[in-house]
Amino acid sequence: MAEDIKKNAQEEEFVRPDFFRESDVKFTGGDKPWRWKEDGMTVTRTAAWAAPGCHDGCGVLVYTDKNGRLVKVEGDEENPFYNGRLCIRCLALPEVEYHPDRLLYPMKRDKADRGKNKWQRISWDEAYDIIETEFNKIKGEYGPESVVFSCGTGRGTAPYLVRICYSFGSPNYAYYLSGASCYVPRIAASNTMMGTYTVPDCSQYFIDRYDHPGWQPPAVIFIWGNNPLVSNADGNMGHWIIDCMKRGSKLVVVDPRLTWLASKADLWLQLRPGTDAALAMAMADTIIKEGIYDKDFVENWCYGFEEYSKRVAEYPVEKAARITWVPEEKIRRAARMMAQKPVSVQWGLALDMTKEAIPGSLSVASLWCITGNIDIPGGMIPTHQPFNIQTWNPPDPKEMLPLDVCEKRIGGKEYPMYEYGGVVLSQTDMTVDAMLTGKPYPIKGNFMLSTNPIACTGMQPETKMLKGFLNADINVVLDVFMTPTIMACADIVLPVATFPERDGIRSIYYYVQTINKAMEPVGECKSDMQITYELGKRFNPEAWPGDTLTEFFSHTMKEIGMSFEETREQNWVYPEYEYHKYENGKQRFDGIPGFNTPTGRIELYSTLFDEWGLEPLPFFEEPEEGPLSSPELMQEFPYVLTTGARHWSYFHSEHRQISRLRSLRPDPLVEMHPKTAAANGIKEGDWCWIENRLGKVKMRAKLSVGIDPRVVNCDHAWWYPERDPEKLYDVFEANVNQLVPAKFGRSGFGSNSKSLICKVYKAE
Amino acid sequence: MAQNGLLINYQYCTGCHSCEVACQMEHKLPVDQWGIKLAEIGPWQISEEKWQYEFIPIPTDQCDLCADRVAKGKKPTCVKHCQSLVMEYGPVEELAKKINGQPKMVLFAPK
Repeated sequence: MAEDIKKNAQEEEFVRPDFFRESDVKFTGGDKPWRWKEDGMTVTRTAAWAAPGCHDGCGVLVYTDKNGRLVKVEGDEENPFYNGRLCIRCLALPEVEYHPDRLLYPMKRDKADRGKNKWQRISWDEAYDIIETEFNKIKGEYGPESVVFSCGTGRGTAPYLVRICYSFGSPNYAYYLSGASCYVPRIAASNTMMGTYTVPDCSQYFIDRYDHPGWQPPAVIFIWGNNPLVSNADGNMGHWIIDCMKRGSKLVVVDPRLTWLASKADLWLQLRPGTDAALAMAMADTIIKEGIYDKDFVENWCYGFEEYSKRVAEYPVEKAARITWVPEEKIRRAARMMAQKPVSVQWGLALDMTKEAIPGSLSVASLWCITGNIDIPGGMIPTHQPFNIQTWNPPDPKEMLPLDVCEKRIGGKEYPMYEYGGVVLSQTDMTVDAMLTGKPYPIKGNFMLSTNPIACTGMQPETKMLKGFLNADINVVLDVFMTPTIMACADIVLPVATFPERDGIRSIYYYVQTINKAMEPVGECKSDMQITYELGKRFNPEAWPGDTLTEFFSHTMKEIGMSFEETREQNWVYPEYEYHKYENGKQRFDGIPGFNTPTGRIELYSTLFDEWGLEPLPFFEEPEEGPLSSPELMQEFPYVLTTGARHWSYFHSEHRQISRLRSLRPDPLVEMHPKTAAANGIKEGDWCWIENRLGKVKMRAKLSVGIDPRVVNCDHAWWYPERDPEKLYDVFEANVNQLVPAKFGRSGFGSNSKSLICKVYKAE
Repeated sequence: MAQNGLLINYQYCTGCHSCEVACQMEHKLPVDQWGIKLAEIGPWQISEEKWQYEFIPIPTDQCDLCADRVAKGKKPTCVKHCQSLVMEYGPVEELAKKINGQPKMVLFAPK
């Protein structure tokens, strides 16, 4: 096997397109201590990166007492990323830490007792022995590909999950959301189109932040399809938007709901859910027809402008206004604001959660390309993993698996974007189908790392995915708390440590910081990293270089030029950031000016899509059910249903058992206009059923004039930890995904979770 | 001794609850008691493109302006953790001067 892999590497001269050579210049916080004493307490400087949520890894100070118990968590004012600010989920961490419901020991349950609250405490050795024996049995009988390794949003855990997946020998690393319709489609579309992923420039690459001499605030920030103040999506802090507003940035908000940001925007486009692509193309058409695009940038750095112009001309504002419900004049105003400089676009989940997420993402990303807003101060800046530390980007399968095994990845042949888009996953829906049908081969084992798909990502009534998990011979689940997923299908449960209880590396975007253990884990908890390291070594010791976990960390962060311990002394390490890299060759791995695409340009017409048999230009597809595609169904289900908006208290399905957080949002809410409520005899606070052809869920009514009377909005990922575990905490009563079909788009990505239809009525 | 207070620029208060929870943790308050509490105003529509939608944190009787923290040279915890950085602590006379014609400012002197 090792020979084969070596051969692969030689034949391909494999250079990962997402790898980036950093300059030698680094900026650090090495003048500050990472641990000190204060008022009889020990203060440990660290980064908050799962468990529990979220994506960002803010700098925090963890205070522990003389007995090593957690006292409090505060923001780290010296950390440039967020300057000591902190959200309520970290502030409330002590309750997570010592919550009576935390999983404390490894446990097993007889397969015949799945769904029953019958657990037996076991030792770590026994847990590892069972997993090793059972997984190897499956490998012997069906092949390593019959065990699927999955995680949820990933955060810092994904690369460890992938490494154990490949250590075992399986090519199937999965994320159990239909069409991987969260973030991954936008990454894949961006990587294909421009050979990189871009983010709004809120000065986050600079250690001196807003004071940095080369930086300027965006003239206009578009908030498109997300509420970043609450979601802080993908490593970008929402309140950086506020920082920029204070420095003069204007706002355009594209959202079906009046978020707080929408209420403060210079322009709010209240579109019909799922029609973003039509809006974007009409804006592009306006920009081109009015001649306000960046002609020099398009001429020199874009490919396929003529074909692209023709395509967007199919969506004149008059047509787009009918589709999107946004008045023509507002579309034109938005187009003119997009054509200013510098412009940043904070885009979000709404783009991923349409069935045609890829052409939809292309349609929006093209806007900041034709206006020349790439890699300029205050514009859209290319980002990458600092020092190529693989704590976010997983290792490439070809580095660890023989080619014939790589080729068995489910959906790999059918959907080339899953390989070339920068995130090598197995196609979710096909993986679930394999669990149910045994084709192309049976799935007999699941290793699920800190993910709760039954409450969060699994779709359709009683969750098709659950039936798949129940078909497996063994399900292993790692988590901090008992979850509906564990209760429904786990045979082995491994208790996970929180971030104050572990070492690790925070490395998503912009800078690197070590995560420093501040206290011993409660019970026998171990970190996701420790568990995958120990178990992974049993499968393939060579895949985990180093004699200790810390040595392994040092290995993965080798390009920083320091060991884990040395990096810890620096607190945070920022690589030097440089604008206009496409002009000097630093945007490509081979040093040639331009972008990392086949034509070396931003491909408004994608040559790769063309090669893969996909539509090479952006397009819009109506949601399958809605006022324009199924008017007859609207008789029975008269409202457009959108889902997934975040609340301050929760990261997806997490935190429902944390009283301080729960008190701020005790129930799942369905938001509707007072007119809609009145028409259905509903008052504020009434329990309601929201129902469509697939099923129904129960939520409390919240009335708001900030939502179109034709639209209702449901909270996502709800379950009730305080209810009966053997009824799976009533997850199927509360989780809106009961109403969401699991169907994906032509590229293998995307699904309609935010543009459905429903009726709503008062519950008895 | 000069009276101290909190100056809040509520133009940018997003209602994130960080002040509330930071305060509860600092003062070990139960879940249903607050040293500072958000008021929500709106949303309602004033004109075609103008909305009223504000949050304003209001200190309660259980706010001691984080006397212990301040004695050690630290900011009150609500001021430190405010995600919009819109809160300022200091002598009310000095804070009053900082309003200086700016809109949506409120000055609290809870003690």
